[in-house]
Amino acid sequence: MGKAPVTPTQTVGPFFHPCLLRPDAVITTLIKPETEGTRIRIEGRVLDGDGLPVDDAMVEIWQANHYGRYRHPLDQRPLPLDPTFIGFGRTGTDEEGRYWFETIKPGVVPFDDQQDQAPHILVMVFARGLLNHVVTRIYFEDEPANASDPILQRVPEERRGTLIARREEVDGSVVYRFDIRLQGEGETVFFDV
Amino acid sequence: MDTTTIGEIIRGDREVFPPYLYSAYRATIKRSPHLPLLEVPLTLTELTGPGPAISEITPEDADLTRNAGTGGEAIGQRIIVTGRVLDENGDPVPNTLVEVWQANAAGRYLHKRDTWPGPLDPNFLGIGRCLTNEEGVYRFLTIHPGAYPWKNDPNAWRPSHIHFSILGPSSRTRLITQMYFPGDPLHALDPIMNAVPEPYRSRMIATYDHSVTEPEWALGYRWDIVLRGPNATPFGERKENE
Ligand SMILES: [Fe+2]
Repeated sequence: MGKAPVTPTQTVGPFFHPCLLRPDAVITTLIKPETEGTRIRIEGRVLDGDGLPVDDAMVEIWQANHYGRYRHPLDQRPLPLDPTFIGFGRTGTDEEGRYWFETIKPGVVPFDDQQDQAPHILVMVFARGLLNHVVTRIYFEDEPANASDPILQRVPEERRGTLIARREEVDGSVVYRFDIRLQGEGETVFFDV
Repeated sequence: MDTTTIGEIIRGDREVFPPYLYSAYRATIKRSPHLPLLEVPLTLTELTGPGPAISEITPEDADLTRNAGTGGEAIGQRIIVTGRVLDENGDPVPNTLVEVWQANAAGRYLHKRDTWPGPLDPNFLGIGRCLTNEEGVYRFLTIHPGAYPWKNDPNAWRPSHIHFSILGPSSRTRLITQMYFPGDPLHALDPIMNAVPEPYRSRMIATYDHSVTEPEWALGYRWDIVLRGPNATPFGERKENE
């Protein structure tokens, strides 16, 4: 049977907010009070090739729960599902190019039958001027498992830092800072996935 | 004479998908990655995604002619836009969220950054959403969107289009694209559309379908959407469960 013809991507354009970011579609806080796991805040900016803020981007994230399980029919591993946690976030950048999410640190997820991956969050960025979205990952600076993560090991060493969120403590709570540079100096590693 | 620089960095099928850099669309110049994308094995992270979970909590709102909630009806040529969401094998993608947004009949968006002097329509928000049914079918009732000017180059106009966003079953199937209408003379002039190489551009153009048209009511257009995607098998399934 012949394959069906895949539909090409187009830019999200500048006018998506009323639809994709209507109040019941924005998810900046992925957690509820009873959600299990370590609370973290992710903060960052989306920047263009001149280092200027991209003030009309949409950022989506996808992550496993505290136990490393994805809420998805393909993930049938015998790990707990947290009924209060989906693992999906969606928001827009502000006039300074900033975005943020309140979530939990994800657990370890498998790479294959032999190896695990360090905790990470998948990130997609959509914007005017991006004819296709870009896909990257957030890793955590203070995570020892990064050293053996099979995806990070495939990233040229000098660029690995672009995938690692810096840990800060602000008023006693943990913030991971993750800037996304679309182009140029310090360009974020994007994946062809 | 303008020369268009076309970049080499492309995510997905290199023949079909637009490059990040397509300089005739000027906003790509400072926003396109310059370094090669990293090819890595697909893991559970990419093979899963929010689609199945999010589609369960979204209400249906597929009538853009009335969903402004004013009691009035949007002005314009009433149209039905329908089709199927499919995977690369041609199998339907059921129960997935389809979100759409578009300009009104005059080509104006209800958006604070759209300030050209096209009139707003108080009965039209220009946003809609629905879930595909078991056969992968989506269906919207709306009005034909107008063309609108933009500042890419002097006297630039976007052809009539409807923006589509689809989650699909995994992170890899995530798709944002635009649907165009057949026979529009602006197609040849539009750098966003033309960033997709021929002959694949036509995959974004709906077909007029008289069997979709409803008498004394609305014109019908058909457009099928095909998502990328692996044929993944469940991971870590517990045999004793079934
Ligand atoms: Fe548009």
